[in-house]
Amino acid sequence: MKRLLPYIKPYWPLILLALGLLYVMASTDLALPDYLSQIINIGIQQNGVDTPVPEVIRASSLENMALFQSEQDKAVIADAYHPVEPGSAEYASLSERFPALGQEPVYALKPLDASAAAALEQAMTKPLVILYGFQMMEQNPQQAAALLSPELAERLKSLPQGANLLTLLTQLPEAQAAEMKNAITRHLSTLEGTILRQMAVRAVGNEYSALGFNLQKNQTSYILRIGARMVLMALLAVATSIMVSYLASRTSAGVARDIRAAVFEKVAGFSSAEFNNFSTNTLITRTTNDVGQVQQVIFMVIRMAFTAPMIGIGGVIRAIDKSPNMWWLIALAVAILVMFIMLAFALALPKFKIMQNLVDRMNLVIRENLSGLMVVRAFNKQDFEEQRFDKANREVTGTLRFIGRVMTTMFPIINLIMTGLSVAIIWVGAREVAQSTLQVGNLIAFMQYSAQIMFSFMNLSMLFIFIPRAAISGDRIADVLETPILIRDPQEPQQLPKPVQGKVEFIDVDFRYPDAEVDVLHDISFTALPGQVTALIGSTGSGKSTVVNLIPRFFEVSKGSIRIDGVDIRSLKQRDLRAQIGFVPQKGLLFSGTIDSNMRLGDPNADEAVIREAIEIAQAADFVYGKPEQLNAEVSQGGTNFSGGQKQRLSIARALVKKPPIYIFDDSFSALDFKTDAALRKELKKKVGASTVLIVTQRVATAKNSDQILVLENGRLVGQGTHQELMKTCQTYQEIASSQLSQEELA
Amino acid sequence: MNNQKQPEVKKPAEVGGAQPPVKRIPSPSMQRGGGPAALMPGEKARNFKASMKQLLAYLGKYKLAILVVMLIASVSVVFSIFGPKILGQATTALYEGVSRMIAGDPRGIDFAEISRFLLRVLALYLGSALLDVIQGFMMTSISADITYRFRKEIAEKINRLPLSFFDHITHGEVLSRITNDVDTISQTLNQSLSQMITSLVSVIGILIMMFTINVQMTLIALTIVPLSLLIIRYVVKHSQRYFRKQQEYLGHVNGHIEEVYSGHIVIKAFNGEAESIAKMKALNETLYDSAWKSQLHSAFIMPTMRFIGNLGYVAVAILGGYLVIRKELSIGNIQAFIQYMRSFQQPLMNIANISNILQQTAAAAERVFEFLNEPEESPDPAEPLVPGEIKGAVEFRNVRFGYDPDRIIIKDFSVKVEPGQQIAIVGPTGAGKTTLVKLLMRFYELNSGQILIDGVDITRFRRADLRNIFGMVLQDTWLYNGTIRENIRYGSQNASDEDVVRAADTAYADHFIRTLPGGYNMLLNEDATNISAGQKQLLTIARAVLSDPAILILDEATSSVDTRTEVLIQKAMNKLMQGRTSFIIAHRLSTIRNADRILVLRDGDIVEQGKHEELLAQNGFYAELYNSQFVLQTNY
Repeated sequence: MKRLLPYIKPYWPLILLALGLLYVMASTDLALPDYLSQIINIGIQQNGVDTPVPEVIRASSLENMALFQSEQDKAVIADAYHPVEPGSAEYASLSERFPALGQEPVYALKPLDASAAAALEQAMTKPLVILYGFQMMEQNPQQAAALLSPELAERLKSLPQGANLLTLLTQLPEAQAAEMKNAITRHLSTLEGTILRQMAVRAVGNEYSALGFNLQKNQTSYILRIGARMVLMALLAVATSIMVSYLASRTSAGVARDIRAAVFEKVAGFSSAEFNNFSTNTLITRTTNDVGQVQQVIFMVIRMAFTAPMIGIGGVIRAIDKSPNMWWLIALAVAILVMFIMLAFALALPKFKIMQNLVDRMNLVIRENLSGLMVVRAFNKQDFEEQRFDKANREVTGTLRFIGRVMTTMFPIINLIMTGLSVAIIWVGAREVAQSTLQVGNLIAFMQYSAQIMFSFMNLSMLFIFIPRAAISGDRIADVLETPILIRDPQEPQQLPKPVQGKVEFIDVDFRYPDAEVDVLHDISFTALPGQVTALIGSTGSGKSTVVNLIPRFFEVSKGSIRIDGVDIRSLKQRDLRAQIGFVPQKGLLFSGTIDSNMRLGDPNADEAVIREAIEIAQAADFVYGKPEQLNAEVSQGGTNFSGGQKQRLSIARALVKKPPIYIFDDSFSALDFKTDAALRKELKKKVGASTVLIVTQRVATAKNSDQILVLENGRLVGQGTHQELMKTCQTYQEIASSQLSQEELA
Repeated sequence: MNNQKQPEVKKPAEVGGAQPPVKRIPSPSMQRGGGPAALMPGEKARNFKASMKQLLAYLGKYKLAILVVMLIASVSVVFSIFGPKILGQATTALYEGVSRMIAGDPRGIDFAEISRFLLRVLALYLGSALLDVIQGFMMTSISADITYRFRKEIAEKINRLPLSFFDHITHGEVLSRITNDVDTISQTLNQSLSQMITSLVSVIGILIMMFTINVQMTLIALTIVPLSLLIIRYVVKHSQRYFRKQQEYLGHVNGHIEEVYSGHIVIKAFNGEAESIAKMKALNETLYDSAWKSQLHSAFIMPTMRFIGNLGYVAVAILGGYLVIRKELSIGNIQAFIQYMRSFQQPLMNIANISNILQQTAAAAERVFEFLNEPEESPDPAEPLVPGEIKGAVEFRNVRFGYDPDRIIIKDFSVKVEPGQQIAIVGPTGAGKTTLVKLLMRFYELNSGQILIDGVDITRFRRADLRNIFGMVLQDTWLYNGTIRENIRYGSQNASDEDVVRAADTAYADHFIRTLPGGYNMLLNEDATNISAGQKQLLTIARAVLSDPAILILDEATSSVDTRTEVLIQKAMNKLMQGRTSFIIAHRLSTIRNADRILVLRDGDIVEQGKHEELLAQNGFYAELYNSQFVLQTNY
């Protein structure tokens, strides 16, 4: 994949933007449990009161609190509150929420900055808790006493029912009162953190109630307020998520488009040497499927791989924030989970890989059975084939079973790990709560973060199945893109002298495939003259086809040179060179479109008459003009709606439309029956007589009447001359001829 | 990915949003589509009910086991459904303890109670996981067994079907039945079936749990469900359009690539590079446009689902909070309810997808059963004649045959061949020269008439005995992916290694075999491309030599074989024919001239028969054919 980075580069801004949005998405996602914990902690547990610093407080309460405050704290409180004057604007607005405001003098909170607010909270928490204890005294003296201090509880037993403790305290002798205060303060200092704060908040709630404040309504509206924020967050999440998808789609589809175009252009520029190094099928796969794989994985990486760490990190930060003592639980669970998933993959992944081979093997056996139906039955080998298949089938089934078992075990265990984590969180969390370092709402939120974190890691590890596959695809693509192109146009191209005659000369030409050890052609020298037919004959692998493929520079000579009208073809632009050649390949190849569009490949502006003539020479008139659509008859992809012979004739006609000075027929007549072959050559001789014609063939009959026959064997020119000459001088030619023709015909 | 996923509830597949993180591990052969395609309605069976019935019948003895698996799966789900509720009770206990602490109640948090709840939860999940594993193991075994049996039966069926069947079906179609269709069925058995049941149980169980927690909240949760289904349906419908477009344009682009690559040389020869690149650019651009749109649209599902899920979450948080204040609900129940709601979506989606999966399965099963139910070759005679010493006399008596009963190609053909005679069959390509061969070996049944060997109607033999009489060397050299020795021995499984070498020697193959790496033990690769066409031909001759048949059927090669091998092949064939009745699909003049009789075919019909000179004298089709094909009096 690294090798494809240049193609991803132009999309960096989009990717970065997506990352930013993902951060927002992760935050909003993680915000929801946070809000839930607020609903539980504040909305439910604290009646919607979220601070231990009351907005308004009765003068009498302030006085009572003062009993338990240091001078310093008293000053802080005195600074923060001011009396509310009846009749003032402030009074009016407050009395709406606190209808009992007029019953006694009250103080209201001044606007404060953050540090002053923190100092105030510090100063007020404990006195408020004590106040809370005294307030409770009236309903539940026992519990209140327990709250304030156990010593007090002992003493209170002796007191008459309904006595006001505060009044009592002021009435007590100095020393005794001080002792009692100390006892309370000592006890409170054993309580700490969240519990103390929550108690103070309760006191504030009670204070508010005393002032006629509707606590229940406040609670409901608090929950609704948080709920509204949650909806907002959810909306934000969905919006960012869709935006990320948008960016990811554009990026992945864009990268795919660019790579596809680059590979296509690269391959179009390949010479046959580079092309054959791959093979048509893998090149097609590399340009289509492999690019698709890369596209898919880019999308997934942006959507999933990036999200996972964001949620993971964000979740960890929030989890630590909620409870600094429990993050290790999550870390442990993630470690176990990841280890387990890796283990499962380690077990199953090699089997997955084998699986493909086994399935291929099974298919192969069936395919062989199908393609050899007659042979199998002729030899009565049905049982043997069935046994072969059974073996392959057993292997596939066995592997399937193994993979199935690993997977089927994996899911319940992953579930168990997740459940175990929740249970552990509640177990450990309960102790944290007891030590009042954690609130219950936070515990629930913590559980949810832990789930989010686990899932993001799970997703991440799942991605590891896809990435290696895409990485292989990426490499296969990069292999194509990085292939050096061997045949290039010269810096200063020459022009052929006009008019082009078409004389083709081979001068001591050697040819060797790139990376091969031996030459395919040795010392080939000949001249093909305009107005003559030069036939190349030889058995398979003799190199005859290679010779003519050198002329349009599909391959480059290794030694020697090829000249056209005396000009070395390497000093011409490939375009200019190929414009002089009408090339008909071994296989008749047509392109989707119409017959007309195929004919015009050679010359887009060709006359209808020229096309007609070409088709007639190629013996294709009967089936072309026999169709109702004639030239406009549709040609499907690869020309599959035409027979082999028809395709061959059309591809000959296509070359004829071009009217070039040089014709090359690379074994182009093999798909034609002898009769058509003969008729075609007869017409050809008549119509293109002035051109240079090179014909590669295996048929002596085709070569027999040529002006010049070149006989190739093992890459060497072993005979050159006319049929009659060669019959006398060339042994190879004689062998070929005698295997094909009868004695009379050879004469 | 998904928000607030609760791990406590059963099966990752059922937890959370639209795309379960660990639903299915993709494998090349096991994947049932991903992305939007997975949500597309698949193909439908022509006869759903009948196919399903057949499939059910096919399950046979596994039916009971499957029932047990379903039961276990359901129990496992039920176990896990209690989890969140109990976990919620633990939370509630904790909350109450804290409330007591705040209120100054000295009892504080009851740890014993909490751990009782937690242990109970653990026990439930442990039990559920255990049952799950048992269930999974059982189901994996069952589906593997059934997959194995399906494949075995299809493979065996291939050998029992008449050859004529394969005239109407491509190899690809048969292959696709044995792999893809069986895969689909296997996957349904392995995963979808238990998923359906567990989803159903989950939905019912979760509903019950939700109702016991709170009716109003459940009603709210339930209004969200159809809403999300509606939205998904809407999104899928829309994304489908883009998806189809994308597939279409992808097809265009791939088509162009395929065409240009396979026509690479022609494009270069005609200087068409620039034009093809320009066309690619245009196609590529339209593909890009539809590709990102399609991807975006299908990516809508997940966030939308999550949004709806979150709305439910908020609704439950608010309503739950309100109810807790009014002491109508415990804190733990909010937690439990949220978990239930989260785990509600996936099984519901699964249920919504059931009909799709069943349809796909039915369609696959239909194709498989259709294949398995194809009429087979007519049975061998009940009291077959066992061929003794075969002399090799062959007679076609008033043979009438057509691949298609409406299109008779051999109308009334009679010929008598004496033992040891050579019969050449000639005719233009596609004239049906191999038809006679196929009839002779009873690959096809006659419409009427008889074929007799040594005076006995061939239908009175068992097919295996009949075919043992023949040796066959076809132009299409079929060899299989085994060693050279195994391939030659294909003709006669009991032959010794010496016999194999002797046969190879007779077929002039011994020499080249010994020059190959590994010699007789060289493994032929797929399609046997590691030896040349001529060498393949020699091996098939050696194979025929080893089987030592009474009657020979030869197809002379016209394919590109180099001169020397060609000579060897010819010599080997001549040797093989000595003293045997031989039918030769002839391309060579020498063969034709020496033939005791020539059968001339045209458009599947035998138009002339006789010796070479006789036929030439008739000056009919044979003469015309002969003059055009074998006499080369053209002037260049």
